[in-house]
Amino acid sequence: MSEATTAAKANSSVHEDAVGLWSWITTVDHKRIGIMYFLTSFFFLFVGGFEALLIRIQLMRPENAFISAETYNQMFTMHGTTMVFLVAMPMAVAFFNYLVPLQIGARDVAFPRLNALSYWIFLFGGLYLNSSFLFGAAPNTSWVGYANLTSLQFTPGRNVEFWIIGLSILGVSSILGGVNFITTIINLRAPGMKLMRMPLFSWMTLVTSFLLITALPVIAVALIILGFDRFFGANFFEVTAGGDPILWQHLFWLFGHPEVYILILPAFGIISDVIPTFSKKPLFGYPVVVYAGILIGFIGWGVWSHHMFTVGLGPIADSFFVASTMIIAIPTGIKIFNWLATMWGGALRFPTPMLFAVGLVAVFTVGGLSGVMHASAPVDLQQHDSYFVVAHFHYVLVGGALMGLFSGVYFWFPKVTGRMMNETIGKWHFWTTLIGFNLTFFPMHFSGLFGMPRRTWTYLAELNLETWNQLSTVGAFIFGAASLLLMWNLFYSWRKGEKASANPWGAATLEWSLPSPPRHYNFPALPTVRSREPLWDDTERQEVEAVTHAEPAEEPHMPSPSFWPVVLAFGVALTWILLMTHTWWMPLLGLALVAVAVFGWAFQPAYR
Amino acid sequence: MAHAAAIARDDHHYTSTGLSSWKVGFWTFIGSECLFFATLISTYMVYKGRSIVGPYPEEILDIPLTSISTFVLLMSSLAMVLALDGVQRGSRRLTLVWLGAVIVLGAAFLGFQVYEFNHFVHQGLTIGTNVFGSSFFVLTGFHGAHVAAGIIWMVTLWILGARNRLPATASLKVEIAGLYWHFVDVVWIVIFTLVYLIQ
Amino acid sequence: MRSGGSTEEENGQHGGAYPQVSGPGAHRSAGHRTGSHASAAFYWAIGGVLTVITAVEVAIFYIPVLEPVLVPSLLLLSAGKFLLVVMFFMHLRFDSRIFSGVFLAGMVLAMFMSVALVVLYHVLPAYDFMG
Repeated sequence: MSEATTAAKANSSVHEDAVGLWSWITTVDHKRIGIMYFLTSFFFLFVGGFEALLIRIQLMRPENAFISAETYNQMFTMHGTTMVFLVAMPMAVAFFNYLVPLQIGARDVAFPRLNALSYWIFLFGGLYLNSSFLFGAAPNTSWVGYANLTSLQFTPGRNVEFWIIGLSILGVSSILGGVNFITTIINLRAPGMKLMRMPLFSWMTLVTSFLLITALPVIAVALIILGFDRFFGANFFEVTAGGDPILWQHLFWLFGHPEVYILILPAFGIISDVIPTFSKKPLFGYPVVVYAGILIGFIGWGVWSHHMFTVGLGPIADSFFVASTMIIAIPTGIKIFNWLATMWGGALRFPTPMLFAVGLVAVFTVGGLSGVMHASAPVDLQQHDSYFVVAHFHYVLVGGALMGLFSGVYFWFPKVTGRMMNETIGKWHFWTTLIGFNLTFFPMHFSGLFGMPRRTWTYLAELNLETWNQLSTVGAFIFGAASLLLMWNLFYSWRKGEKASANPWGAATLEWSLPSPPRHYNFPALPTVRSREPLWDDTERQEVEAVTHAEPAEEPHMPSPSFWPVVLAFGVALTWILLMTHTWWMPLLGLALVAVAVFGWAFQPAYR
Repeated sequence: MAHAAAIARDDHHYTSTGLSSWKVGFWTFIGSECLFFATLISTYMVYKGRSIVGPYPEEILDIPLTSISTFVLLMSSLAMVLALDGVQRGSRRLTLVWLGAVIVLGAAFLGFQVYEFNHFVHQGLTIGTNVFGSSFFVLTGFHGAHVAAGIIWMVTLWILGARNRLPATASLKVEIAGLYWHFVDVVWIVIFTLVYLIQ
Repeated sequence: MRSGGSTEEENGQHGGAYPQVSGPGAHRSAGHRTGSHASAAFYWAIGGVLTVITAVEVAIFYIPVLEPVLVPSLLLLSAGKFLLVVMFFMHLRFDSRIFSGVFLAGMVLAMFMSVALVVLYHVLPAYDFMG
């Protein structure tokens, strides 16, 4: 927390927000909330990474017994759950939080206290989920939790309870956040900031937010009915009573497929702002990139059963999903071409943010190719549940989402902290990441096709999979070391980095017209925007900076801090957690706290 | 310049559309709730006809009774718009009368639900009996919980109204509560049709 | 002066005070679309229609000769009630299209999901010609 306090002190203006732990606990400032999201998700990156290394050590040799089979199940379950829900999603939300108001010309999001609530719910949910380790009962039925493995009959014990409750808590955070950002983007754009003038990152935030509010309720219900089965004896997945475990798969993937677009679209948005900056050229085909993003979001709702080709849905259902999955490759491919066309003929520079952005374009394409291979149902019959799939999704999630997020870190770090990140360490970070990542996951295409199944603790020597696994393990350690470089770079640069100007990269969008870091009220007055690249047109830049560099005539009226969000977050988490008492009335105590917090919040003015 | 200064100082009132952020946010939330209830309803419909033991829907669902409770809930929506109308006209009396009606009618609906649940349990249908019991009780139970939360909201507004804190300028509060209430009613319209009438 | 208990801004239409509100839709979006402004009598009328439709639905349920058209007619009638409540009680007919947009985003996906699951579970199994 001292990191955060010092960052607050770096913000120097006369009417400053308070420093100290309490000011962070009660903050409703989107910039602080963004920083908290980033630090928390960055911490969980190393938790998930550690889990991955344990997996990789176990798989280094056939018939290894480095960890037990039960521990192994917990490792791959928590690795996946952590990386998806506690790293990739919240790290993207960190960027939404910090940047969207600055990019659209607003002083904060539409509902600042709701924003804080989303963060605290996330933190409590993540801590709760990981507290399962203290009880030796970490979730162990994989991040997809298929029924009826998750039933009381087949997995008694607390592991699945931790999973159900943890994810339910986290889901609330995401839905509220989605509502907040949709409202912010629709309603709080500065004068002249038409939707088709918004930076691409804000556009992708809008699409992702719609995906969040529509997909998360589906998994919420899936978790609820699974919870009813386990806690209250319902029959949703009880075959003997007429229940169908396949329904779980439908509901999970109806959420799960839009979820992967939730994971990737923010990264696409980031590099759509980064690549034009370092090509000194506007994004090629801006409207097409926007519409492609919307199409991906929409079509992404129609492909879910491509995760179920081996279930036996029948040829008609399978054919539909083959077609829809192949179709969704088109808007994705279009974006790739637009990024390349942006770079073509541009004045290219390759500082670290651009390295990661271009890296995404290359690596994600590889992942996209294996994805299109999966789209063919007959081909998928071999690939399903093999390491080929593990290769595919790591290429798109690590090579895609994570590298995009890293690009964003290097790109916007100067804006957030007022200091530049170290370029030398950055380049080392990039190249070791690229090498380590490819060494880890490329061999998995082969081990998968040669028969190595997912989620199994070990393999026999006669399968000849050892070499591929060893390559992956070595690569994983290189990748881990690379991530430590990032941690070092962040810390070192924050303390000793070269001071950054308002616009060190010569970028085009509104956030770069503000000082680094911005004052707590962002804009002294709202600028008027006339184009997509306001800072690339001299006249417009001067007009904008006349507004954004001015001192406000009087202190802007900002929303007041509040402790109700953290109290309500605690109440929400408590309500779910009390289900672990296996009584119907204990959760009501949690609801009572929720009610108190809701009333306290509702009757507290936002501005005091 | 003075205009820009006005925006500068008061810009937490500024919007790009002229619409209330509360209303935009709440309609967005309603869009999200559509998915929540659709998933529960879809689960019910997927499991139609798949219970292995009874009681089965045709044996136990009471159409006449539920028609009455449906009518009651529909009338509570009417009361809700009349309450909003009362607030917009600045009539404390109309506001309290019609908000009171919403509360009474909503509570009556819940009373019908509680009676129905109890009756079903006595007839041997519980959440653990078969998939019909599971999907029926969870779907209608969550709907009922939404009604209950709505009643608490309406009672709070009624108390505010009684204390003269719901003038016409505060009609947005009642409008948003109304959106919630009507949505919960609309979900019931779907449930009544798909669960009770179409067996 | 912020009013005591009120936590948020008052009713909807502040942006309209600022000429910089952008876009051709600004006029319309600053509140109501043109259309009849509802009076209490209008709401009673809608309430009456809703009652009648409900009665008709129950009647269809009980009249045996109508059984073949039960499902489509009930679906249509309940859709009608749904639309009446959403368009008039929730005022969507007269409000900004933005509200309809965010609502329909959810509603359309919800309907798609429901139809898809019903087709997958209750329609397609009859066509399992590979079976």
